[in-house]
Amino acid sequence: MEIYELTAHELIEKLNKKEITSTQITESYLKRIEEKEKDVQAFVTVTDKNALEQAKEIDEKIANGEQIGNLAGIPIGIKDNICTKGVKTTCSSKMLENFVSPYNATVVEKLNNENIISLGKLNLDEFAMGSSTEHSYFHPTHNPWNLNKVPGGSSGGSAAAVSANMVPWALGSDTGGSIRQPASLCGVVGLKPTYGLISRYGLVAFASSLDQIGPITKDVEDSAILLNMIAGHDEKDSTSINKEKVDYTKSLVKDVKGLKIGLPKEFIGEGINEEVKNAILEAKKTYEKLGATVEECSLDIGKTALAVYYIIACAEASSNLGRFDGIRYGYRTEKFDNLREIYINSRTEGFGPEVKRRIILGTYVLSSGYYDAYYKKAQRVRTVIKNEYQKLFEKYDLLLTPTSPTVAFGIGEKVDNPLEMYLADICSVPINIAGLPAMSLPATVNSEGMPIGIQLIGKHFDEETIFRAAYTFEQETKFREKYQPKFNK
Amino acid sequence: MIREDYEVIIGLEVHCELSTKTKIFCSCPTEFGGEPNTHCCPVCMAMPGTLPVLNEKVVEYAVKAGLATNCKIARNSKNDRKNYFYPDLPKSYQISQYDMPLCYEGNVQINDENGNKKTIRITRIHIEEDAGKLNHDEYGRGSFVDLNRAGVPLIEVVSEPDLRSAEEADIYLRKIKSIFEYIQVSDCKMQEGSLRADVNVSVRKKGSNELGTRTEMKNMNSFRSIVRAINYEAERQIGELEKGNKIIQETLRWDDISGKTFPMRDKEDAQDYRYFPDPDLVAIKLSDEYIENIRKELPELPEVKKERYINDFELSQKAANFVTSSKYYSDIFEIATEKSNNPKAVSNWLMSDVARILNEKEEEADKIPFTGEQLGELVQLIDKGTISSSIAKKVLDELFENPKSPSKIIEEKGWIQISDESAIKEVVLKVLTNNPQSVADYKAGKDKAIGFLVGQAMKETKGKANPQILNKMFIEEIKNM
Repeated sequence: MEIYELTAHELIEKLNKKEITSTQITESYLKRIEEKEKDVQAFVTVTDKNALEQAKEIDEKIANGEQIGNLAGIPIGIKDNICTKGVKTTCSSKMLENFVSPYNATVVEKLNNENIISLGKLNLDEFAMGSSTEHSYFHPTHNPWNLNKVPGGSSGGSAAAVSANMVPWALGSDTGGSIRQPASLCGVVGLKPTYGLISRYGLVAFASSLDQIGPITKDVEDSAILLNMIAGHDEKDSTSINKEKVDYTKSLVKDVKGLKIGLPKEFIGEGINEEVKNAILEAKKTYEKLGATVEECSLDIGKTALAVYYIIACAEASSNLGRFDGIRYGYRTEKFDNLREIYINSRTEGFGPEVKRRIILGTYVLSSGYYDAYYKKAQRVRTVIKNEYQKLFEKYDLLLTPTSPTVAFGIGEKVDNPLEMYLADICSVPINIAGLPAMSLPATVNSEGMPIGIQLIGKHFDEETIFRAAYTFEQETKFREKYQPKFNK
Repeated sequence: MIREDYEVIIGLEVHCELSTKTKIFCSCPTEFGGEPNTHCCPVCMAMPGTLPVLNEKVVEYAVKAGLATNCKIARNSKNDRKNYFYPDLPKSYQISQYDMPLCYEGNVQINDENGNKKTIRITRIHIEEDAGKLNHDEYGRGSFVDLNRAGVPLIEVVSEPDLRSAEEADIYLRKIKSIFEYIQVSDCKMQEGSLRADVNVSVRKKGSNELGTRTEMKNMNSFRSIVRAINYEAERQIGELEKGNKIIQETLRWDDISGKTFPMRDKEDAQDYRYFPDPDLVAIKLSDEYIENIRKELPELPEVKKERYINDFELSQKAANFVTSSKYYSDIFEIATEKSNNPKAVSNWLMSDVARILNEKEEEADKIPFTGEQLGELVQLIDKGTISSSIAKKVLDELFENPKSPSKIIEEKGWIQISDESAIKEVVLKVLTNNPQSVADYKAGKDKAIGFLVGQAMKETKGKANPQILNKMFIEEIKNM
């Protein structure tokens, strides 16, 4: 078995037992990246030199018996919309093609404190806007299970890299499914934590009230370990919650007896692929077999939630992306005679079509005369959606739905049809609207061997129940032992 | 002069920089000046990924300002984004407050130009961040952005259109400035831009109840230009109406050199700021207890102070008004009175000579260089007869130039008053010899002639002789002649 095939917790164990060194781990991954990157194209920047230097330093410290924490020396990949000092943070946009942040995101600081080694920055849909990673200015990322398919998005680079064993784990960000949907399409574990659990400071904002950073990992245990590392209040983010620290690895127990799971029937109804639906029903049986109760319930919000999402997300994005004006940093046009032309030409040339589409949409819904009909109404409906979940959570500990209505679709298949692309988020978007935590974990593969993920949705700040249920399911179904990506062409 | 048959309606939006130590959404210093772009950080430079965190002091100062202007304080308010592109606005939105301001429905009392009491209603006070500054290169090499001021906290005080003349607007603005100085929430230095005003002006025929179409002049930063601009704009509007034209609602630029207003090239009114609640910040919730604690800490406000001065110190309405018009005056007044125990004399010095000198220097009360202690000592020296009031004026001039203890000044300058009769007898006799006409006048019953003789003797002694003693000596000497 190659080192790069191991999960992060297996690497940690071997490293702590001094069976392997950080340098060996790092070299193994860099070799794997070299081998697979031409097919998968998961990275925007590979920081191989830095990573090896850091690994050597850590190995020396370990050899000298220094106390450096038991996670020190494990590599990671970071989505390229999370700011890293000294390394480019491009958001996969021409606008920030050469942008180097002067500071580290809080999550990056936390990784640094644990001596985690960054292997580089991972591809995404430009500014995290998209569901296929085709909207990257640099290149699309390919799904390791079938290189002609998309890995999902926007954290497609992160999910594909983890799936292809090019990184042991990665950070993604999730505004409407951007961690969970690619995790589902690539057969890995993706968690969107409760809004407010993780600092957004240093995450280049797409939609501030929906964005949340989270782990993309090979298994549930890694997800808990990585969440332990990055969760917690941050003075620099007013929306991060100050609550007691939880050790999520304590929830990794194979036991769901007595757990009450709701299965909203609308999420296995119209528009949901038959094989995906069957995977959910199969998961229902698994949980029932393990002692949980799974009950059909109703949550009729799908299309409404999608509308609310695209109004709120675009409104916030239109304002958040105003700072990319060609004045202080980022791309500036060469064609201008006055200030107005700097703005218009820099933004016209610097942003891709999907970003422009959303800025225009967002500007429209905030405009006077339209604000009440769109933005204000969307906020009201957002409250209604939150309440709908609230009601279900009075009865259930968890909700079970698909993560994505389909398996991975073909590259180029939906890229010219934004509305169809938006439907790819129909199962994941309502969670962000309600600010809830949700995890996608691989359940099975379809007839073509493409992974299908299930989504477990928890109460606010109840990641623990998600971990327990996910861990139990994973231990029972052993997806990773049965299926591995084959890099089919 | 504005035509008698018209009425001018004025509303002010006063922007006032708060004197918190750090900026509103980051911990950069708010200090004025500094090399360009040295008081900034990733947050106030709007680097990607950064987030604002509200400075609690800003809320506290704004609540103070609200309470001091009799506003209601919102238990629930929020921050909103005002979106527009300009190079001095790094995020391309200003974090402000739109429909839920921190303070609302307040008022301040003023005495109008005829001394009548008048209430000016305040619509709202909200908190927001200042923008940076553009420095236009004089050699035409473009404009340079300086973000030192970006994120400095501001409050915007919006008045109802209750002001009826440029003079009233001036009095109101001075009142606001004075209140904020008293409660120490702002330096209110117009020359440094920490106090600026947008002025809304409309006119209507007297007797009409409908408001005319208004125009707005933005970012006015001196009392003088505000007064001039209002008068110019009111006359311009009346002129237009008299010609049968309509007033266009627009934003104007006041040009201080030509003394005229011009339409701004950017049609401000066409701007759609797309306000919406800032999702990066949480709602501002204030408890009754929090507000009451701030209320308790408020210092004595000018209106209350004025009444106390009239009652306790027997100052005239006019004197009390003047002395409380600025915190800088009343601070000096209180210390000087404590020292000299002569409130009337102190208030007279402030009202007459001190105000005159400041006026000559074109400066405000905050520029008074000497202390209350020193002014008190000056009054004491006069009362004790150590110096004459004419010498005292020279001491005051000296206090402005080189402030130190007045007794030291008169000692160094040799200005101590001569009260020893033998020392000035010679002068008295000389003056009598040289002015026989005055002596004759006095004898003929013209008491005023003594004053002239005393004046001559003062001249001879370069103001050092005690005038009361001189007076007494002249009367005695003439009697003996």
